[in-house]
Amino acid sequence: MRVYLDNNATTLVDPHVFAEMEPYFVQKYGNPNSLHSFGSETHPGLKDAMEKIYAGIHAPKEDSVVITSCATESNNWVLKSIYFEYILTGRKNHIIVSEVEHPSVIATAKFIESMGCKVTYLPINHEGLIDPQTVRESITSKTALVSVMWANNETGAIFPVEEIGAICAEHNVLFHTDAVQAIGKTPVDVQSLNVDYLTFSAHKFHGPKGVGGLYMKKGRELSPLLHGGSQMGGYRSGTLNVAGIVGMGKAMEQAIDALDFEMTEVREMRDAFEDELLKIPDTFVVTPREKRTPNTILISFRGIEGESMLWDLNRAGIGASTGSACASEDLESNPVMEAIGADADLAHTAVRFSLSRYTTQEELDYTLEVVKKAVERLRGISSSYAYAPEGHNSGLDAHH
Amino acid sequence: MGMDSLIGGTIWDEYSQKVTDLMNNPQNMGEITKEQAAEMGAELIVADFGAESCGDAVRLYWAVDPKTDVIKEAKFKSFGCGTAIASSDTMVELCKGKTVDEAVKITNIDVEKAMRDTPDVPAVPPQKMHCSVMAYDVIKKAAAQYKGVDIESFEEEIIVCECARVSLSTLKEVIRLNDLTTIEQITDYTKAGAFCKSCIKPGGHEAKDIYLVDLLAEYEKEKLAKTAAPGANVSFAEMTVVQRLKAVEKVIDENIRQMLVMDGGDIEILDIKENGAHFDIYIRYLGACSGCASSSTGTLFAIENILKEKVDENIRVLPI
Repeated sequence: MRVYLDNNATTLVDPHVFAEMEPYFVQKYGNPNSLHSFGSETHPGLKDAMEKIYAGIHAPKEDSVVITSCATESNNWVLKSIYFEYILTGRKNHIIVSEVEHPSVIATAKFIESMGCKVTYLPINHEGLIDPQTVRESITSKTALVSVMWANNETGAIFPVEEIGAICAEHNVLFHTDAVQAIGKTPVDVQSLNVDYLTFSAHKFHGPKGVGGLYMKKGRELSPLLHGGSQMGGYRSGTLNVAGIVGMGKAMEQAIDALDFEMTEVREMRDAFEDELLKIPDTFVVTPREKRTPNTILISFRGIEGESMLWDLNRAGIGASTGSACASEDLESNPVMEAIGADADLAHTAVRFSLSRYTTQEELDYTLEVVKKAVERLRGISSSYAYAPEGHNSGLDAHH
Repeated sequence: MGMDSLIGGTIWDEYSQKVTDLMNNPQNMGEITKEQAAEMGAELIVADFGAESCGDAVRLYWAVDPKTDVIKEAKFKSFGCGTAIASSDTMVELCKGKTVDEAVKITNIDVEKAMRDTPDVPAVPPQKMHCSVMAYDVIKKAAAQYKGVDIESFEEEIIVCECARVSLSTLKEVIRLNDLTTIEQITDYTKAGAFCKSCIKPGGHEAKDIYLVDLLAEYEKEKLAKTAAPGANVSFAEMTVVQRLKAVEKVIDENIRQMLVMDGGDIEILDIKENGAHFDIYIRYLGACSGCASSSTGTLFAIENILKEKVDENIRVLPI
């Protein structure tokens, strides 16, 4: 049995989405900007997709939802354009991001920081959440932008974007939110809060890879990051990814249709699975489940390094993830676990299970059995539970 | 960079079959109790290294015969990834039957080599090498305990980054060879500072004698001093013995040493003698280079050619 529980990394392309995309490869392959029927026959599909995308985030027609290649591009665009327009010109000197943003925000923030922009990295609390007051306290008269994600990829924690947006409006500071992990898991409505920019990506909601978007409120349009043939109203040049846009439109429509299912059925399955996992002794979950996206569990198994757990899961055909040390190439412990700072011994033990509307009860039952066996085996190997003669002094404090 | 590094693969694909098998079925995993050691007429030694908070920890059990110092039985328990578990397992295998003094000589390179499927293919990808280092440290800890001495008495070098076990000399060398100017670069090249971060700068959870920021500052100062010094432009034949040695060292540092160190080896210059029209440079291979088949062929020719090109065309390199 193969079980995919890494849906916060990417998702399968919904077969209906794939079916809608297919004609745009071999049959309707024209360039939408061309003045002939090959180009124009792509227009109805594109228009339909754009309407679905606007509807999906409830964007008013006068605002711009620019299609990009991915969320990383959208996030880079916001921070770099803000840098060019506000920081480099000396109008402002400061931006605020949370310390657990996706690397496409953190690394870009560090880049513009190296170019002279001041950056505040907002801390998260012991539950992995952000206190909106920290935003208020960090804003200065020179703050250009606040960028805080809607939902965190590791814990699934839903951040108080509504309050943060209100604080930004109050201080006349631009507000960007990376909603990649929110679309299809929690209601996302750009008119329900003050938000100037919002990032999303198709492959996180059963659309294709290589296509994402950036919502920009009217009057807040950014200067382009990619200059060229003036596609996308001049905001983002590059030949339109027709099949990708069509696919994202369909995927957005389905994500919205499935939102109720996600927030009830998927949540119930997740909760029951989490209850079972937590029956294993010495297991910990950080963020309260009602403050999380309905599909995500970040759980620590004391005494088991995250990558070993992934190893045993993978041997049994199960795909999960960990942001911790050995699994990623940068050898860091899980940034969220580190930021929470509750128990350093758990920093390398977190494993993330992320479900989707395609996850079945049978898959979770199987996974639970595999996890139990893996915990037994790996704790059997682990020094954390190992015998030591009476009076044994590990002497570890002296070294670490 | 290049094609192979553009699409990151799973690091597990680069594990040897031995590493995979040992992770799935560790052979020496387990414990030795005081009672079991006593039954063997042996002394029980239990040593720990690493910490869960750093991502790797190992506990080593030895039953040592007090009359012969022979490790009669050894077991381990380990918190860590597959490489850490496989390395610990291999390290224990290598310890068994050796005397404590012999065991202390086992290095992390021995452990890694023992896990290879074929002699020329590394058992683990580079970013996993640090996992085998822990296996090497815990042996010293156990030996220190058995002999009732301080662990430092086995240390030949000053260690700056404990988690990744990076020595002061390695750091200084890597910083100079690659002209490193940031902490991130040091971490990329050596893994120093990648873990508990205590060694980066003061204020971490462990106080240190030397920090990475100190080493960067020192190198920066050195570079400034160098640009200020007048440049010497004397031919090799006109140089004093000391100048010749320095000139050869410099070229080795800048062009050769890095490639040897990457393979776990090194060289030292023993002497430079004038022999008719030739300059004979006597070298000794260190670490993985000694005994490497290429050390008397390809590597030797490469070293000689670089020195001929950069220093003097009459140089001959003679390994001892």
